[in-house]
Amino acid sequence: MRSGKVSRPSLGGARVAWLLSLPALAIFVAVVIVPLAMTALLSFHDWGQYKGIEPVLILKNWREVLTDPYFREMFVRTFRIALLVTLITALLGAPEAYILNRMRSPWRGIFLLVILGPLLISVVARTLGWALLFGGSSGVVNRALMGLGLIKGPLPFMFTETGVVVALSHVLLPFLVLAVWAALQRVDVQVENAATSLGAGHLTVLRRIVLPQAMPGVLSGAIIVFALAASAFATPAIIGGRRLKVAATLAYDEFLNTLNWPLGAAVAVLLLLALVAVILGCNALIERRYAEAFR
Amino acid sequence: MRRNGPVAIAFHTLIVVFMLAPIVVVCLVAFTPEGYLSLPSSGFSLRWFRAIGRYPEFVGAFWTSIWLGALSSALALLLAVPAALAIARYRFRGREALAALFLSPLMIPHVVLGVAFLRFFTQIGLGGRFAGLLLAHLVIVFPFALRLTLASAAGMDRAMEQAAISLGASDWAVLRRITLPLIAPGIVSGWALAFIQSFDEVTMTVFVAAPGIETLPVRMFLYIQDNIDPLVTSVSASVIAVTVVALICLDRLYGLDRLLVGERQREP
Repeated sequence: MRSGKVSRPSLGGARVAWLLSLPALAIFVAVVIVPLAMTALLSFHDWGQYKGIEPVLILKNWREVLTDPYFREMFVRTFRIALLVTLITALLGAPEAYILNRMRSPWRGIFLLVILGPLLISVVARTLGWALLFGGSSGVVNRALMGLGLIKGPLPFMFTETGVVVALSHVLLPFLVLAVWAALQRVDVQVENAATSLGAGHLTVLRRIVLPQAMPGVLSGAIIVFALAASAFATPAIIGGRRLKVAATLAYDEFLNTLNWPLGAAVAVLLLLALVAVILGCNALIERRYAEAFR
Repeated sequence: MRRNGPVAIAFHTLIVVFMLAPIVVVCLVAFTPEGYLSLPSSGFSLRWFRAIGRYPEFVGAFWTSIWLGALSSALALLLAVPAALAIARYRFRGREALAALFLSPLMIPHVVLGVAFLRFFTQIGLGGRFAGLLLAHLVIVFPFALRLTLASAAGMDRAMEQAAISLGASDWAVLRRITLPLIAPGIVSGWALAFIQSFDEVTMTVFVAAPGIETLPVRMFLYIQDNIDPLVTSVSASVIAVTVVALICLDRLYGLDRLLVGERQREP
């Protein structure tokens, strides 16, 4: 790597590097690490309707979050939604990235913009779009599905998990396409051509050549989508409504409606810990699997 | 290269419809001449766009978002450029940890950051202040600013700097006349991407924002929580229009896939 060489003898190596990063480091320590530590501490404090937050160290909130069936149901729902969204985006996004990658010049750029562009459009605006499309039993989606003869009666989408899953899949699909796209950029097209010229059929090429090379992209994209889906806020809040709580909307409620900050902090910290565990676990699995496959 | 077959084209068409449908429907409903949510059937009307002007909270939130995005992105770049030069050019102990810390706002769920910022700012007396919002946005857009400056700093040709040094240029002159101009595309795109991230952020901001310093997405979110009417669709359509214009400029300027995927490693 080029950056390994220090080519300016007038600058003093590590000391200069730390000096250059010091302003950013100071901000990050003050505004990321300290607040996160304070939040972890907050989750052990006591709270009462009239006395407010009491700075003591107790396990009350953690016991409540870990044992109360209400919280268990909410966390199970959060991770069920995240898992479904991950599956759907993987099934739709991976083939789409492959198709995009095989397009010719003007179309490739245009459709890449169409598929990835929504990533940068406000989540609130996109979710509003789904709320309009779902819009009760006479919504566009239900009319289209019934018109195609896929369903007999209208399905409830608003205020249901189905609706949240559909809208979140739309919101997060670009992340998966992006990850697979990045993986496919590193693939040599000649390998596909070689397999074809050696007599492999279309499906064999897909299964034996393309899929194994795209898989790291699919998996890393899936981890990103899972993490974002499990911590999504605006989409479940708008489509799910006030009843269908997920971890993020529950934390919001505790902080800004009930004002039980310690309990909200416990929910947020537990979400963070659960996600870190899932992500590290998946990464370890993937690395082991691919270390074996490519060594 | 082989072409996509009819099945692939059909699949692709469905995905495109899926991706565009909610965006298109918002933009269509925004032009409704009716007083309720409906697709415009009897002609297009701008009445709901004109109505935005009568709701000062949306106009105010729009300007808060613009200022917040511009300032937090500029501050993020100010800190990210030296940090990127340090990470790109020096091998030192803790380099990986430093990079991981700087990219951590991408990994930490925004709801957790929102909770943490709310607690922190309330404790230190910045609760409900613009300064708090600014610090919070600075941190969450920092990874985007860093990534793009890092990519251009790592990819730039050091020979130019060495030539300048050998011709007797001072450190400051090299930085100002050679290094910064060379990484300028990364800085500009980094600022633009950071701005878009700040302009769109809602999950973290909803915790930190207070009446008077609500950003546009937060105002829209709170409005939708109460009721959905054509007004919020015309506001959304305006936001979509602004983003699409920014998006096309960025795509022309830098390339959308390069922007989002990051600089591709050049083959040795």
